[in-house]
Amino acid sequence: MELLVASGIGLLTAVGVYLVLRRHSFPVIVGTVFLSYAVNLFLFAMGRLTVDRPPIVDPAAAGYTDPLPQALVLTAIVISFGMTALIVVLALRGFLESGDDRVDRTAPKEDRTAAGRDDDVVFP
Amino acid sequence: MNALPVFPIVLPALTAAFLVLVLRHRLGAQRIVSVGATVLLLIVAIVLYGVAADGAPRPYLLGDWPAPFGIVLVLDRLSATMVLLTAALGLVIALAACGGWDARGRHFHPLFQFQLMGLMGAFLTGDVFNLFVFFEVMLIASYGLMLHGGGERRLKAGFQYVAINLIGSTLFLFAVGLIYAVTGTLNMADLAAKVPHVAAGDEALLKTGALLLFLVFALKAALVPLHWWLPRAYAAAPGPVAALFMLMTKVGAYAILRVFGLVFGESAGPLADVAAPWVLPAALVTLALGAAGVLASRTLSGLACFAVVWSMGLLLVAFGLFDAKGVGAGLYYLVHSTVAGAALFLLVDVLRAARGPAADRLVPTPTLPSMLSAGLFFAVAIAVAGMPPLSGFLGKLLILDASRNVPAMAWIWTIVLATSLVVILGFARAGSALFWKTAPSEAAAADDAASGREEKVRERPLLPVAACATLVAGTALLTVFAGPVTAALDTTARQALDTARYVEAVLPAAAAKKSVTLSRR
Repeated sequence: MELLVASGIGLLTAVGVYLVLRRHSFPVIVGTVFLSYAVNLFLFAMGRLTVDRPPIVDPAAAGYTDPLPQALVLTAIVISFGMTALIVVLALRGFLESGDDRVDRTAPKEDRTAAGRDDDVVFP
Repeated sequence: MNALPVFPIVLPALTAAFLVLVLRHRLGAQRIVSVGATVLLLIVAIVLYGVAADGAPRPYLLGDWPAPFGIVLVLDRLSATMVLLTAALGLVIALAACGGWDARGRHFHPLFQFQLMGLMGAFLTGDVFNLFVFFEVMLIASYGLMLHGGGERRLKAGFQYVAINLIGSTLFLFAVGLIYAVTGTLNMADLAAKVPHVAAGDEALLKTGALLLFLVFALKAALVPLHWWLPRAYAAAPGPVAALFMLMTKVGAYAILRVFGLVFGESAGPLADVAAPWVLPAALVTLALGAAGVLASRTLSGLACFAVVWSMGLLLVAFGLFDAKGVGAGLYYLVHSTVAGAALFLLVDVLRAARGPAADRLVPTPTLPSMLSAGLFFAVAIAVAGMPPLSGFLGKLLILDASRNVPAMAWIWTIVLATSLVVILGFARAGSALFWKTAPSEAAAADDAASGREEKVRERPLLPVAACATLVAGTALLTVFAGPVTAALDTTARQALDTARYVEAVLPAAAAKKSVTLSRR
């Protein structure tokens, strides 16, 4: 199980890093989502992997799993979910106002077309 | 009285909720409540500073859970100093924002109060995960503030700013997870007690976690090579917001000092001074790059942003020494650079509005800006570049003096002095372009027509100018009272690096147990 969880986290992180380095805003957003999935799993595993053990006091329980990482993960999920919603809206507004969703430039549209280096499809 | 440390966090939080729920559409009332609450916050901060001045760190246990299990706020001299600085600067900026920026979009004041809450929480908390939460509170408010007023440029820069900070938060969580996995605690005092006794096999893991954490703080503090988000984000932010953001970079520096001075400081056993080999070289490169940016900027806001990067480099040179003298000098420079940087951003905004179509590009305009703004620019430039008679000079001198006996002294002195010259040149060039030369009259007619149209929509810049002048007066006061201020900050620095005392204050039980076992031996 350790191998599976560890390689799962590794894979998610790798995908996230790759996507974050893309130049259009949509892959970047998806990349941050992958990264936040990876970190949530990572935090979860940091309390050591235990199967079928309750995190809260239970007289019938043979043992417990560490409850703190679960609380941390909950906080992290809430924050990353809110942030994802915000960045999606932000990217959408940026796209609607400027007409392209490139992450790496902020120059006005006229300058780009005048300079003739607009190699991407520009939506109307 | 015992619950006092929680006030700076609760007060802005309640104010913000009140503003957004009750006074949603009444800007006038919002201004009064927001400024009033910030005045109250300043009073609380002054009281807290007085309470902390006696030297013992005071823990506040939220929900009265005993220390390593519950969340703890810690009031010591360092956090009280930062809280006081935040409240004072917050008041000036709240007033400056009333000069018109808060009317250009909705919810300026609630977001401003939430930002204050996040800053205060980050300075007061004694728990690494709680630090993450307050970082997020601060960042979420800053996203809203940065986008205040809208516009394409701001949205694009805002996207990059949010994306880079999301990645920073993810790294923060990875670091927190690693540290928790090895030590089983996230309370700073408990960490400081446990890190020296970490098992040999876990050392590498803990070191990885600590350095990841350093990476996150360096990103916030705009340390090279993690500085590139700052110029674009700060240049696109509204003037008062950029001035408030001066505190956000300082949170990064504060967190480096707190975590790597306290938890991974001298007494951390095998992990002692884990960040020290990285801070100083990175800070020196930051100085060089910041100065080059100041000289190369084509806009005034770009110049201001790179001046911030440069000043963060100087600040972290001081903190990177990790001794009482260096940190004391660094704290003096921290107070100075926050105030001076905020004044610079407020002034840039005033000039941008006054110069019509030329905005903040460093090109001559047909008519010169007013004598008042020229005088203010001169004073602010002196303060930021660190020339006498304002406090930047003293701060720089203190840092140079503190680094006199370290091995890297030659490097520090050479780079600090050389880059200072470059920064002075950059400001002189900008000043002469803005206030000395005039553009030829041909272009003047067109420009005049354009600026005539803008005349009607322009707000009175009275409040921002007054705020900027207040901040300049603040740096002058910092020079006049340099003696008592540096004495207080030196004590603060000694306390900030005193791990044993901090642990004893936050975890009296653990410290008592330890002394019992010691006496048994």
